[in-house]
Amino acid sequence: MSFFSFGQSAEIDVVLTDAETRKKAEHKTEDGKKDKYFLFYDGETVSGKINVTLKNPGKRLEHQGIKIEFVGQIELYYDRGNHHEFVSLVKDLARPGELTQSQTFDFEFTHVEKPYETYTGQNVKLRYFLRATVSRRLNDISKEMDIVVHTLSTYPELNSSIKMEVGIEDCLHIEFEYNKSKYHLKDVIVGKIYFLLVRIKIKHMEIDIIKRETTGTGPSVYHENDTIAKYEIMDGAPVRGESIPIRLFLAGYEMTPTMRDINKKFSVRYYLNLVLIDEEERRYFKQQEITLWRKGDVVRKSMSSQATIGAQRFEGSASSESSLCNDCTVRSLVSIAL
Amino acid sequence: MSDPTVADTRRLNSKPQDLTDAYGPPSNFLEIDVYDPQTIGVGRNRFTTYEVRMQTNLPIFKLKDSVVRRRYSDFEWLKNELERDSKIVVPPLPGKALKRQLPFRGDEGIFEDSFIEERRVGLEQFINRLAGHPLAQNERCLHMFLQDESIDRNYIPGKCR
Repeated sequence: MSFFSFGQSAEIDVVLTDAETRKKAEHKTEDGKKDKYFLFYDGETVSGKINVTLKNPGKRLEHQGIKIEFVGQIELYYDRGNHHEFVSLVKDLARPGELTQSQTFDFEFTHVEKPYETYTGQNVKLRYFLRATVSRRLNDISKEMDIVVHTLSTYPELNSSIKMEVGIEDCLHIEFEYNKSKYHLKDVIVGKIYFLLVRIKIKHMEIDIIKRETTGTGPSVYHENDTIAKYEIMDGAPVRGESIPIRLFLAGYEMTPTMRDINKKFSVRYYLNLVLIDEEERRYFKQQEITLWRKGDVVRKSMSSQATIGAQRFEGSASSESSLCNDCTVRSLVSIAL
Repeated sequence: MSDPTVADTRRLNSKPQDLTDAYGPPSNFLEIDVYDPQTIGVGRNRFTTYEVRMQTNLPIFKLKDSVVRRRYSDFEWLKNELERDSKIVVPPLPGKALKRQLPFRGDEGIFEDSFIEERRVGLEQFINRLAGHPLAQNERCLHMFLQDESIDRNYIPGKCR
């Protein structure tokens, strides 16, 4: 970009106001690398300053305007040219003119809506970033800074269990049950498989978590299936009346919340796949969708009002967590005394 | 519902198992033995038959203990019927051994003891894998192969469930 600038050039640096205190979240980029980015929630203000540092201290920098943008966009890998921007905010920092020395410009995007979670997938990417631009006649100078957005939910009011009887007529009848239909990302799937009829020779049974990313609409819909987890729950042949327990901790797996029809562009859904394998390696399976959601962490006073409202439902739980610990301490002391 | 902070991971309640179910014979008993090869006939018209004994407690089979005599071409017939009429992936049969049927061999060809034993093992694996397949159990040709005295090649193909 600056190969032919015999004149002046500059470097742009974007610094957030709360860079010291704001939490960072890990996110895997398209090429599989894990990086840390500043974490934001819906409704939070994004503010800071940009430092424009002149490369050659003596010369002036002529420009057609300096601005900063906050962008939220969806990029489909098979259609890279078209970025679908669902959030686009601009702040003009300087009118066309010239810079005689390095300068700093403050910016603030107040209470920005960030309706969707940052996502990097197999065929689609949703990202939020700040882009500071010094416009020039021939080539602009710009700097992007990606941020990560998490969408939080609270414990759903309605969270029925999933219970179903399935099978093959006269061969295999099972009743499976999962304790909830909606799980948060650090939750535990507690369930059971009850055998009603077993006329085949089962060797083992496992439960898989499958992530399905769907992109595109109408005739050109792409589904990408990815098996996130395989967890054996039974080894050996069961008989009628046996009940096999399931206890699957989700915190160990890299998953995102369920995303349905995001901006009408893509979906990310999760399925539990119960698989029974017989002595001849024949597989019998039953897939069931579950909803995953992200639970907020402990409340912070610095959060915006929207995030605070969402997190307020956790205030009660935060205090009960400490009281549970107290009880544990008392009980363990009693047992030692005995 | 109060917000649980530490997830409840206790097992879900389940019915206690009936002891006759727990300690009784399983409902999936199915064993087929292919044994006792006998070479019948003389000269160029010889062929080998095997005894096929099925023991089962699956209700889909009419007889709980049946014995029939079958030759290799009967197994081939069964494989072809299932490949044509059903959607299942039929397990492989042991080889046809056409080379062994050519003249001027130093050994007994397809009547060599070691070859017959190899074939017997392959046929046993084949029929056990097949008979345990829930979809194959629906086909009349499988029942006729296992439990009818002889195979009627003019039968009407179809399902029995």
